[in-house]
Amino acid sequence: MKPFDYQRLETPEHLGHVEAGRFLGGGTNLIDLMKHQIETPDVLVDVTRAGMDRIEERGDAVLIGSQVSNTDLASHPLIRRDYPVLSSALLSGATQQLRNKATTGGNLLQRTRCQYFYDTARACNKREPGSGCDALDGLNRFHAILGASENCIAVHPSDMAVAMAALGAVVVTRKRDGTEGRIPVTELHRLPGDRPDLDHVLDEGELIVAVELPASPPRLQSYRKVRDRSSYAFAVVSAAIALDLEDGHMRNLRIALGGVAHKPWRATKAEAMLEGKMPEAALFMEALEQEMADAEGHGHNDFKKILAPRVVVAMLRELTGLGGN
Amino acid sequence: MYPLMLTVNGTVHDVEIDPRRSLLDLVRETLGLKGPKKGCDHGQCGACTMIVNGRRINSCLSLAVTHEGDTVITVEGLSEAGELHPLQQAFIDKDALQCGFCTPGQLCSAAALVDEIREGLPSVVTGEVGVAMTNEEIRERMSGNLCRCGAYNNIVEAIRTVSGDKR
Ligand SMILES: Cc1cc2nc3c(=O)[nH]c(=O)nc-3n(C[C@H](O)[C@H](O)[C@H](O)COP(=O)(O)OP(=O)(O)OC[C@H]3O[C@@H](n4cnc5c(N)ncnc54)[C@H](O)[C@@H]3O)c2cc1C
Ligand code: SF4
Ligand code: FES
Ligand code: FES
Repeated sequence: MKPFDYQRLETPEHLGHVEAGRFLGGGTNLIDLMKHQIETPDVLVDVTRAGMDRIEERGDAVLIGSQVSNTDLASHPLIRRDYPVLSSALLSGATQQLRNKATTGGNLLQRTRCQYFYDTARACNKREPGSGCDALDGLNRFHAILGASENCIAVHPSDMAVAMAALGAVVVTRKRDGTEGRIPVTELHRLPGDRPDLDHVLDEGELIVAVELPASPPRLQSYRKVRDRSSYAFAVVSAAIALDLEDGHMRNLRIALGGVAHKPWRATKAEAMLEGKMPEAALFMEALEQEMADAEGHGHNDFKKILAPRVVVAMLRELTGLGGN
Repeated sequence: MYPLMLTVNGTVHDVEIDPRRSLLDLVRETLGLKGPKKGCDHGQCGACTMIVNGRRINSCLSLAVTHEGDTVITVEGLSEAGELHPLQQAFIDKDALQCGFCTPGQLCSAAALVDEIREGLPSVVTGEVGVAMTNEEIRERMSGNLCRCGAYNNIVEAIRTVSGDKR
């Protein structure tokens, strides 16, 4: 590991007073990458004792401090009751040891698990801009089918972020000059385009302070994760769905997909086709096929074009009481 | 070098450390407690599991310098007054190990697991009401501790004995 200066942030208000550097949350991703020397920050700013570790119920929102651990968030009674999709997404990620340490802010900004990104002997535009992308012709079973570019086909690995995308969560930030930012989770991460080295839209030194969940979420929620082992494995494909059923019609429907893109993917085309309609299996499939119209496989991940719609259709059937599969 | 004060197995330590040092290296190399093992050093195997402020973590992915004032328990700290922790005895009785390399991590993980269940923390297999110590529940909660010798069946049985559930 390269040497670095270690600093602690006392409160978010002191942000302008510490040296600019990388923020350290639970460290479960950053320390790993620093050991590989894929991340080599000169300054580490430990934000775990800056008082951002509470979950607060406000009138119109629930505010989750960015240092709340994945365990504390998943097991909070309010989250389990009103936002079960979030609790279940969190619990289906990583292990108890990792969830105890991992934070809300760090989970959002964790980097891809693309194996070529981790292997410093291979070409990777995300790690080393301009070097190429070994995943394009390589083992790309885990890679993106939506929103990718010829420069990078990596996926964002977070389960939590997928649930937050379906819940319409907003990321609250603080910049070094003290101004506050508000960014919908769905707009936090970038698509790779020609700058795959940039994962997200935050400025240098912009701190995630909290994540806001809108109050009164849709009542019917579910998270499903398809993976190679039943525990402790990243998603091949995952989906988070939230909706209400009013007089048999689907309302406030939100579908977010994981494991298919560089960011949690909101299936807005499918949502638009289904909103206000009565549940019907054929219609579900039609909407998801529409969503997948632009999907592109790269060989080993072609199956995701079939798997992702099927996962969502199965979940919609279950949630709306159509049953079967 | 940075100053650090922390409590490991009830003993307060005051040290000066390189901020790159992981909690695992601090405990093994600086403090000389060789119970916790370095299996992968990348948060994947669980051999380095310690209980910090009541929660189990992978000590290899945690910088020691971030643990100012923390209370750490390693496998050496599980026994009390010369008496083995019930889980340690159960691991012996149920033959829950072969080479033993993963065992210190398994034991710390299992000790924390028993507390988590008492606290009612859910896992992804837990239903809406209460946690039942089924094999499925124990396997899910122990999935962060790999055993290269494959002693899993006996590990699950040992943990079930201690949790008092005979299913
Ligand atoms: C073996 C293994 C298996 C895993 N399996 C899964 C899985 O199945 N599903 C899943 O979703 N995840 C999984 N993970 C990833 C895990 O969820 C992440 O490592 C974790 O959520 C990152 O959180 P952290 O607090 O430790 O982040 P850190 O490592 O501290 O930080 C990650 C990034 O976020 C930045 N950051 C941290 N806090 C802030 C802040 N407040 N403001 C701005 N930037 C910040 C850091 O600078 C860094 O770039 C796994 C990890 C491991 C090691
Ligand atoms: S997919 Fe992206 S992260 Fe993976 S090798 Fe290509 S450029 Fe790197
Ligand atoms: S040594 Fe820490 S998880 Fe393997
Ligand atoms: S007993 Fe050998 S690794 Fe578990």
